[in-house]
Amino acid sequence: MNQMTSVEKNVNTQDIKISASGVQVYYGDTHAIKDVDVEIEDKTVTAFIGPSGCGKSTFLRCLNRMNDTIDVCRVEGTILLDNEDIYDRKVDPVQLRAKVGMVFQKPNPFPKSIYDNVAYGPRIHGLFKNKADLDNIVESALRRAAIWNEVKDRLNAPGTGLSGGQQQRLCIARAVATEPEVLLMDEPCSALDPIATAQVEELIDELRTNYSVVIVTHSMQQAARVSQKTAFFHLGNLVEFGETGQIFTNPEDPRTESYITGRIG
Amino acid sequence: MPVLWLFLIIVALSAFGFIAGRARAYQSAGGDVRNLHSLPGYYGYNVALTALVPALAVLAVWLLAQPMLIENSVSKMIPDEIIAEGSNRSLVMSDVRRVANGLDLAVSSGAMTNDEVNALSTDTSDIRATLGSIGVALGSDVSPEVLAAAQSYRSKSYTGTLVMTVVVLLLAIGGLALAYTRTHKDFRARNVVERGVLGLLIIAASLAILTTIGIVLSMLFETMNFFRLHPWTDFFFGGTWSPNFRGDSDLSILPLLWGTLYISFIALLVAVPIGLFAAIYLSEYASNAVRSIAKPLLEILAGIPTIVYGLFALLTVGPMLVNVFGRGDQGLLGVEWMSGATSVLTAGVVMGIMLIPFVSSLSDDIINSVPQAMRDGSLGLGATKSETVRQVIMPAALPGIVGAILLAASRAIGETMIVVMGAGAIAKFSLNPLESMTTITTRIVSQLTGDTDFASPETLVAFALGLTLFVLTLGLNILALYIVRKYREQYE
Ligand SMILES: Nc1ncnc2c1ncn2[C@@H]1O[C@H](COP(=O)(O)OP(=O)(O)OP(=O)(O)O)[C@@H](O)[C@H]1O
Ligand SMILES: [Mg+2]
Repeated sequence: MNQMTSVEKNVNTQDIKISASGVQVYYGDTHAIKDVDVEIEDKTVTAFIGPSGCGKSTFLRCLNRMNDTIDVCRVEGTILLDNEDIYDRKVDPVQLRAKVGMVFQKPNPFPKSIYDNVAYGPRIHGLFKNKADLDNIVESALRRAAIWNEVKDRLNAPGTGLSGGQQQRLCIARAVATEPEVLLMDEPCSALDPIATAQVEELIDELRTNYSVVIVTHSMQQAARVSQKTAFFHLGNLVEFGETGQIFTNPEDPRTESYITGRIG
Repeated sequence: MPVLWLFLIIVALSAFGFIAGRARAYQSAGGDVRNLHSLPGYYGYNVALTALVPALAVLAVWLLAQPMLIENSVSKMIPDEIIAEGSNRSLVMSDVRRVANGLDLAVSSGAMTNDEVNALSTDTSDIRATLGSIGVALGSDVSPEVLAAAQSYRSKSYTGTLVMTVVVLLLAIGGLALAYTRTHKDFRARNVVERGVLGLLIIAASLAILTTIGIVLSMLFETMNFFRLHPWTDFFFGGTWSPNFRGDSDLSILPLLWGTLYISFIALLVAVPIGLFAAIYLSEYASNAVRSIAKPLLEILAGIPTIVYGLFALLTVGPMLVNVFGRGDQGLLGVEWMSGATSVLTAGVVMGIMLIPFVSSLSDDIINSVPQAMRDGSLGLGATKSETVRQVIMPAALPGIVGAILLAASRAIGETMIVVMGAGAIAKFSLNPLESMTTITTRIVSQLTGDTDFASPETLVAFALGLTLFVLTLGLNILALYIVRKYREQYE
């Protein structure tokens, strides 16, 4: 774990982008998230770690109100984006999701061409001036997601025809093309080989200069490599939240320590 | 012995076989189920099914075949001379059956003994009066040949039934005995029952297929008869439909096909947008509470008999349209474009209403089968619901929806009652939807109702029309199923 020392020095205090306090999530009678407070800083990568089923995806989905689409799901507490309550009536979830983009845990390319998949967001939000402009947006998104070389010759082939790992990167490209202010990534590298993983991590690092990124990961090394802040979830509770370096070298909670050292999980 | 009793006896035998077989299996295992190859119940089922199935199958076949065979042989007893002018053999045979049934009734009510009936002759007694007195009315006096045929009919039926009873009972008992003796702890009853069940399922499936083939074949033969009497070029390529009974009818399908397709087109114009939008609303927007009320309500529409839609066309929609497009100065538009209530528009609109639930429930299934991940992906990029529907869900569901529309079209083409009541009876090529026109199904109905002569092309044309309709809708259905199936594979 010698990479994390390099990350450590980059950490500097930033503005708060998202501030969640007292968040509770229920799926029907299941209490999935229990009283979670987190502050996500701007221009920072925050990692969510924790054992499977502890509520990482659920909490992530609260941040762009994707839980609205699940009938049985109920969210309580306040989540502020740029000091505005995103669960306020005045807030349009559609606009919110354009600002807070998301890469889902399972790759979900649309049954359209690769090009149309990436151009989907820009087209909906009118982010381009002309066809050449759109071509540029698509190309740069695909390049940033480290998939351009593999697909540049078949942009008109269906996105569903790609391999699992390629689909995952296509979905990253699709999210990046919309230029969100916050990017939520739910296990974006789960199906990627080490090379593609390194490229995606590079992208995350690059995105950090302008946006804030939240990444869910099961890889401790990845969390240590890419993030400045880490939140450890366990059974719906936020056990520990702090500087990544500190969580990995000197955790306060015994549960964090045993998870990181591989004793629970 | 009445067939009902025979049936009950077989069932009782088989029930007894179940218990006996199970008990014997138990015994052979020394009372320990673990020593048996199969669960004890399987041995019981094996005995029960072996007793039941062959006996029942023979019973069913016999009951179907016996009347046909007897009819055939008795019918030979009737010489051609006694068949009166204007009558035919099948009418005389129905007389024979009536007399035979009347004699049966006379015996069972005690008015005559069996021997008296067998000795009956037209010279010595007035059979019409005798049968009349026990409540069997005959249209004319009974001729000696008919009486003889009836007597022979009776005796043959009697022997036939007797033999059948014996054979069926023997089969049941034999099956039971065979399966019972084979019951032993090592006997693989489970596998045998499995094969028996498989056999039953195959029989059910092949019955369904065989009937379809039978229907098609019978249509095919009558159609061939028709084409022997009428040139096929006129049927397929002629321009007019005007059946008459002088023998020089123009019987062309084209004007009818035009009417059919035109009405179906209007029906789809009504049903597809409304049904599709209803499906989109129900599957994408409606809350659970709304959905749980609206969906059954919509499906009630599908349960209304089409004759009721026909009445609706004739009594409500037709006059309403006349009010708008007709009646001159008294009408809403002050025009005189429509005279009668029956028109292409009337039938098309009502048929469209009938098809709404069909289109909506099929589309609903298809839209629901688009994975939630697609919606999430689109919504997560900041798309609205309608953008998601338009750009992600519809393209993904399109092939399935096209399939649904084709299925709806094939229903529209085959629909009868609504067009009989709402479309009119005039065969013509016209683009005006306010005129009445006629369809293939309407003409089939009118050619086959009333006085029909199954030797004239005017009647036989109905089969040619029916077969064409069948081929048309079959083609549409196959195309639709092909499209739907191809689409299904996409997400699996
Ligand atoms: N749509 C849903 N309906 C009901 N319960 C749900 C739903 N989604 C998640 N849950 C429940 O909420 C809890 C947290 O799930 P979540 O998906 O957030 O876990 P996770 O931390 O992302 O796990 P993983 O690492 O396996 O992805 C689980 O107990 C899960 O069963
Ligand atoms: Mg998850």
